[in-house]
Amino acid sequence: MRRAYFKNNWVAALMVAPQLLIIFIFFYWPTSQALYWAFTLEQPWGGGNTWVGFDNFSAILTDDLYWYSVQVSVIYAIGSTVLAVGMALILAVFVDRQLRGFKAYKIGMIWPYAIAAPAVGLAFRFIFNPGAGIMLYINQVFPGLWDPISNGNHAMAMVVIAGAWKQVAYNFIFFLAGLQSIPRSLLEAGAMDGARVLRRMRDIQLPLLTPTFFFVLVINITDSFTDSFGIVDTMTGGGPARATNLMVFKIFNDGFQGLDYSGAAAQSIILTILVVSLTFVQFRYIERKVHYT
Amino acid sequence: MNKSYPALAALALAFCATTASADKIKFDYWYGLSGDLGETLAETCNRFNASQDKYEAVCTGYDGYELVVQSAIAAFRAGKAPTILQSFDAGTADLMMSGEFYPVQKMMADFGIEIDWANYFPGIANYYASSKGELFSMPFNSSTAVMYYNAADLEKAGVKAPTTWEEFEAALKAVKAADPARCGLGYEPSVWVDLEQFSAIHNIGIASNNNGYDGLDTQFTYNTTLHVKHMENIQRWINEGLAEMKTPAGGMGSQDAFAQNICTFMFGSIASHSSVHLKAVDGLSWDVAMLPIYEGNTRHNSVVGGASLWVLSGKSEEEYRGAAEYMKFLATAESEKWWVSNTGYIPVTKSAFEQLTAEGFYSAAPYKGREVALQSLTFTEPGPLTRGYRLGSMIQTRAEWKSEVEAALAGQKTMQEALDTAVERSNAMLAKFAKTYEGKTLP
Repeated sequence: MRRAYFKNNWVAALMVAPQLLIIFIFFYWPTSQALYWAFTLEQPWGGGNTWVGFDNFSAILTDDLYWYSVQVSVIYAIGSTVLAVGMALILAVFVDRQLRGFKAYKIGMIWPYAIAAPAVGLAFRFIFNPGAGIMLYINQVFPGLWDPISNGNHAMAMVVIAGAWKQVAYNFIFFLAGLQSIPRSLLEAGAMDGARVLRRMRDIQLPLLTPTFFFVLVINITDSFTDSFGIVDTMTGGGPARATNLMVFKIFNDGFQGLDYSGAAAQSIILTILVVSLTFVQFRYIERKVHYT
Repeated sequence: MNKSYPALAALALAFCATTASADKIKFDYWYGLSGDLGETLAETCNRFNASQDKYEAVCTGYDGYELVVQSAIAAFRAGKAPTILQSFDAGTADLMMSGEFYPVQKMMADFGIEIDWANYFPGIANYYASSKGELFSMPFNSSTAVMYYNAADLEKAGVKAPTTWEEFEAALKAVKAADPARCGLGYEPSVWVDLEQFSAIHNIGIASNNNGYDGLDTQFTYNTTLHVKHMENIQRWINEGLAEMKTPAGGMGSQDAFAQNICTFMFGSIASHSSVHLKAVDGLSWDVAMLPIYEGNTRHNSVVGGASLWVLSGKSEEEYRGAAEYMKFLATAESEKWWVSNTGYIPVTKSAFEQLTAEGFYSAAPYKGREVALQSLTFTEPGPLTRGYRLGSMIQTRAEWKSEVEAALAGQKTMQEALDTAVERSNAMLAKFAKTYEGKTLP
């Protein structure tokens, strides 16, 4: 195969430079600043800082409530990913089978991803309001069944559902594309051999969907750690009693609201390491089981 | 030709206007009030600009005090800070420690603008002054906490507006007896009302070093004071059904629950007075009173809330002169009256308050009742424990209190355990704050 390449490396460098510059300014530079702050005590209004070595990290890592925040984030990540991936898969299979009205339904499914997280949060806050609407009726029949104001588990469930709802749309697109790229002839051959719908799904469609599945899993887990801020901020503000104080929300709260720049910087370094290592683990161990056709 | 003439004239006029405004010296003013209050604040800028041909205030609103302070810090670090910043009580300690501001009293003196500082209510001025009494920031939108009550409910239950917490509990029971389905107190945990204002009117401290004024090595003490008993009482009222949690996270905050005639009592800032008026359902009969105190205590003044105007360092002399003119404009009785009548805030000077009272401002709706806030704020001369709080990391320590109280109210621990934990964690934050500013002292 013939490969096209630049004879002059300088031209190539010039072409990539704008992109590299953007990445440097908006990613590497802030990250290096955060790294520096994580080892100092930074005064918010400038005016100097003190080098404290690993003090910020040891303060965070010995803090029970930080670990609680990690635990809560993991629960959120697992909960919203399982829900979002599961729902998206079911919906995509339905659309792929071209059930009645699937075209309208396909467009409707894609919309939620275009909605900003805070708007999702506000909408779900309204839906799950225990004192109004549908939840009020349920609470009147079964008193105390739904109480996200003081019950942390309920609040967490509420945030997980809202987060998953937003993510379903994204997953749906990928699953649908994955399903549609499976050659019809395979399914038809299966059908002629007497395999019924569920059998064909289990033995043909799902195995062929594993690359998509893996991609969606990585994106969902990463996203749930880093992009959950808007929903938590509008729905629960991290409460009640820190039950939904996800790591990314805690960073915002400590750093920007509490002006503890150093503590927040150290936390974001830890979060970065966590997300990177999670993704690494996924690629290292789960990807082995994925077969790209 | 005739037709285009007015258009040309308008164009020429517009040109003159733009050159005139281009000649004006501009200075930036960032504020954190949003919604109706933000629009009213923007109007003070317009009024100032209309009254001036030399200076122009360029006013930018942010959605909340935290956000405006955070944005100002980012801008300051990039050398693009505004000249005037509206900052709230919790941002005070960091600003004071940084020293990156131009004390407003000094600025006015430097520009030869006469302001009668003694005219400011001491309870308000002290909060924004150094330990030596020099005013650092300009008192502006000021409030304090009061009790809102539904007068019709109390009449039906046959009780008067309570002045002590003992009477308050009796009133809750009477209201419940008259109508068992009624929400007595719509409760929303508020560290500002339940801890800071509560402690001030009982003349008890929340932290050592006279609430932080005397040094950075401060420790919280509120887990050992009357505050514990108060929080336990609130918890008991909720458990007995006398009070109900009404928070925005649950879909409806205490203010909405009160305005929609669902709850008999709520506690909150006097600044909500106008909001309650706007939101009140038809026929809601309500009033405000000072916060109750526990029997056997002498009432003291409550502390000021709201925000003040800081002048940041590193600006040009011209910009400072503009800022000084703006402060002068705000300090006139007329501006103050305009601000007070268009918002729920209280006047910050004695003369404006007297003038308003003499004009009968406080004797008729919708402003009737707001004088209660001043009565509460000026109940006694501010003492070492009631002049305010000078504590670092205040936003975080306030959040600790809230999270722990929520945990106790959810039944995860006792109130005493919750407050002990909150104090312990908050003390770690104070220690970190002191270490961040090692070797410096509060001005």
